[in-house]
Amino acid sequence: MSNITKLIIVAVGGQGNLLASKILGEAALDAGIQVQMSEIHGMAQRGGVVESSILFGDAKSSIIADGEADILLGFEPLESLRAVAKCNKNTEIITNMRPLQPFTSAIGLAKYPETEEIEKLLKAKSKNFLGFDATKLAIEAGTSLSLNMVLLGALAQRNLIPIGKDLIEKTIREKTKKQFAETNLKAFNAGFDKALELGV
Amino acid sequence: MHKLLQGEPESRHFLLGNEAIARGAIEAGVAFATTYPGTPSSEISANLFEISKETDLYFEYSSNEKIALELASASANSGLRTLCLMKHVGVNVAADVLMTLAYLGVKKGLVLLTADDPFMFSSQNEQDNRYYGRLAGIPVLEPSSVDEAKEMIKYAFDLSEQLNEPVIFRTTTRVNHSSGIVEFKDIAAPQTKGEFIKDPMNYVSVPAVSRKRHKVLLDNLEKAATISDSCSYNFIKGKGSLGIICNGVSYSYVCDSLKDLGIEDKVKILRPGLSHPMPDALIKEFLKDTEKVLVVEEGEPIMEEYVRSVAQTEKIACEIKGKHKDLLSRLYEFNPSIVRSAVANFFGFENKSAKPVDTSDLPVLPNRPPNLCAGCSHRAVFYAAKKAGGAETLYPSDIGCYTLGFLPPVGMGDFVLCMGASIGTACGFSKSTGKNTLAFIGDSTFFHSGINGLLNAVFNNHDITVVILDNRTTAMTGHQPNPGVDMTELGFENYNQIDIEAVVKSLGVGYVQTVKPYNIRKTQEAIEEAMKFKGVSVVIAKEKCVLYAKQLGQGKKTVFQVNQDKCKNHRNCVNDLGCPAFYIENDQVNINPDMCTGCSVCAQICPENAISPVKIK
Repeated sequence: MSNITKLIIVAVGGQGNLLASKILGEAALDAGIQVQMSEIHGMAQRGGVVESSILFGDAKSSIIADGEADILLGFEPLESLRAVAKCNKNTEIITNMRPLQPFTSAIGLAKYPETEEIEKLLKAKSKNFLGFDATKLAIEAGTSLSLNMVLLGALAQRNLIPIGKDLIEKTIREKTKKQFAETNLKAFNAGFDKALELGV
Repeated sequence: MHKLLQGEPESRHFLLGNEAIARGAIEAGVAFATTYPGTPSSEISANLFEISKETDLYFEYSSNEKIALELASASANSGLRTLCLMKHVGVNVAADVLMTLAYLGVKKGLVLLTADDPFMFSSQNEQDNRYYGRLAGIPVLEPSSVDEAKEMIKYAFDLSEQLNEPVIFRTTTRVNHSSGIVEFKDIAAPQTKGEFIKDPMNYVSVPAVSRKRHKVLLDNLEKAATISDSCSYNFIKGKGSLGIICNGVSYSYVCDSLKDLGIEDKVKILRPGLSHPMPDALIKEFLKDTEKVLVVEEGEPIMEEYVRSVAQTEKIACEIKGKHKDLLSRLYEFNPSIVRSAVANFFGFENKSAKPVDTSDLPVLPNRPPNLCAGCSHRAVFYAAKKAGGAETLYPSDIGCYTLGFLPPVGMGDFVLCMGASIGTACGFSKSTGKNTLAFIGDSTFFHSGINGLLNAVFNNHDITVVILDNRTTAMTGHQPNPGVDMTELGFENYNQIDIEAVVKSLGVGYVQTVKPYNIRKTQEAIEEAMKFKGVSVVIAKEKCVLYAKQLGQGKKTVFQVNQDKCKNHRNCVNDLGCPAFYIENDQVNINPDMCTGCSVCAQICPENAISPVKIK
C-alpha cells in the first residue's frame, strides 16, 4: 500500500539491538531515506526484552502495531516467538536460533520451548523464515558481542529494506568503535554469507 | 567536542528525541538547567551534563524536582534562559513551586519539561500532566515528533519571554525515546551572567502581592489565548465535513491512518501544538460546517471536553467523540492500529489492515522479567532482612532498582507508592497495625525526599526500622550523581559529599549502623538488633552498584563456582537468592562465570560450602 518498510527488532538487554537500530537509522540518513525509530528499553539493563521498531519511508509514526511488521529481526529465538504477533502472513522472519535462557527457565521454574518447536512455529507464521545460529558466527568473527552485526548482515542479504549492503558496511565502519570495526565487519559479512547460503 | 555541539547549521543528524531536545535547548541559548533524573527524560540531562563541562552552561542534578524548579525560578528571574526538566511524577514534587511561580512570573524564558509516560514503561502511574498547565494557568506545548521537538523547545523559550510566564513543554515516551532525522540550526549565544532586580511588591508572595499577581497571571493567560490562535504550531490541515483533533504523537498516528485508509482528502485535521490555552477561533473555524469530529489524545479527555464546550457555547451541532468504549481509551498509549480502527469506526470507512497471525497455538512462553543484576548488593540486603524480619514484618519499599525486590524469589516489598514514601508509610503501618515495620529506601531516594520522612519519624517517635540501600549512585536511571556520590571518582572537583550516616545520626536516630551488605551474617545481625530497638533505627547497607563499579574500573577480581562433588542440590542459592548468574544443567546448579561478579553471597548461604572462589586472569 505504500513505500513504507516496517522492521521490528527484538532482543534481550545487552545483545546490541539498539546499536544495530542506530546503524540502520544512520545509514538511512546517509541514503536520504526518511526514517523513524522507536525503542523500548525501560528496564533492559536488568535483563528484560528490548524492542525497537524502524520505519523506512514516508511514515510519521515510529511504532509498529500487531500484524504490521514487514520484517521481524530476532536476536533470540524465544523473543522472536514472543514477538510473532507483530507479523502477518506476508512477514519475513530472520532470527538467531541460539537460545539465551531467561532466568525463569534457567533455574527450572519454567520450560523453554524446544528450538525445533520454535522454528516450526515461526516458519508456519511467516512468508519466509531464515533461522540460524548467529551467536556461533559472531564468536567465530571474534566476539559474541558482534551478534548484532551478524544479523544486520543477514538482513542486508535479504534485500528487504531500502538500504544496500555497501552503505550499511560504510556506516558500521564509521559509527562503531574503531577497535571493533574490523570484527564488526567480519561478523556482518558472515551473516550476509550465511543468508546467501541458506536462501529461503 | 560533544556530538550535539558539532555539526554545521543545516547539517542533518539521526538523533534520539531526547538528544534533539537537548540540542534545541542549546540552540535556544539555554544558560541554566536543573533536573532530578527520571525516565523518560534522563538522556536530556545526561547530554546537558556533558555539555556543561565544555561550555558556560550551568547544569545541576538537584536533589529533588522541587529544588530543581526553585533554582530555575531564581535563575529565570535573574535574566537567564532556564530549562528545568523531570519525569511526569516529578512535577508533583515541584508543583508547590510551580503554582506560585505562575503568579510571580519570570523575566527570561523558563521551560518546565515534563516527560509523561503513557503505558508506564518505567513509571508508577500514567498521569496526564497537561492538567498542570490548566491548574497553574500557564501554556502547554506538545511536540508530535523528534524534529518538531527540537524546534518547538526554542519556541517555548520565546513564548515564555513573550508572556513572562513559565511554559510547560510536555513530551511522552514516544517522543523522548524515538529517533528521527533533525536539522541543526545556529546556536544562540547564551546570556550567562544574571542580575536580579529587587521588586518585593511583585516577588514576595504575601496575600496582598499574590492578589495582584493572580490578576496578572490571568491577563497573561488571556494574552496566551490570543497567541494560540495565530501560533504556527496550531494548524488545520485538509478540508471537509469530517474532522480529527489530535495532539502529540497521536498526530503521527492520525496522519498515517488517513493515508492507510485512503481518506486523506476526506478528513481534515486540527493539531494544537500549543494546546493550552486552546485556540478558540481555530476550533470554531474547524467545527463550522463539520458533521463529525473525533478527538484523538492519549490520556485524559482534555481537548475533547474543551472542544465540546466551545461547540456548546457557539451552538454548533456537531457530533464530538473521543474517549468511548468503542473508540479510544483513557488507558495506556495509542498505536497506529488503535487510531486507524477508531478513525475507520467513527467515520464509517473500511479498514483493510493486515491481520496479525494467529497466536492461539503458541505454547506458554517463559517470561523474561527484569531482575536485580547478578551480584547486586540489594539482593544480599533483602536476604538478610528476610532472615531478620521474617514473613510477619511489613516491608514498605521505595522507587529505584530495589523496587524489583518484590518479585519472587526475593519477595521483599509490600507497599510502594512514590519517591521517598517508604518511611512515611512505614510509620503509618507501624502505628495502625502495631506490626514490626521495616522500610527500604535507596540513597538517591533518601536524599530526594526520604530524609523528610525520617525526620518526621524521629520527632513523632515511631517504632520503625529503615534500611538505606546505599549503592553510591542513582542506579535505575543510569548512574547519575546524588549528594552522597564521590564526584572526584567521576572527574569533578568543587562538589561536596554528604555522609548518610552523619545525617541520620544528626537527626537523632537512636540506633544507627553501617554494614557491608555482602557480609550476610553481620548485615542480618545489624537488622535484627535494629528491629529490637524501640524507636527509629537505621541500618545503612553501603556497597557500590555492581554496574557502576564496573564502569569506574573497580569490577570483579574473583568469580565463584559450584563444586559439583560437594553440591547436594539443596538449591538454597537458586531458590532464596535468584541471582541471574545461576543456571541448571543436568539437574545441577552452575554459575555463569561471565555474569558472576564475585559478591560471595551464595557461597555464604550454601549449607554444604560447595561454592568457592576462583581467581580470574
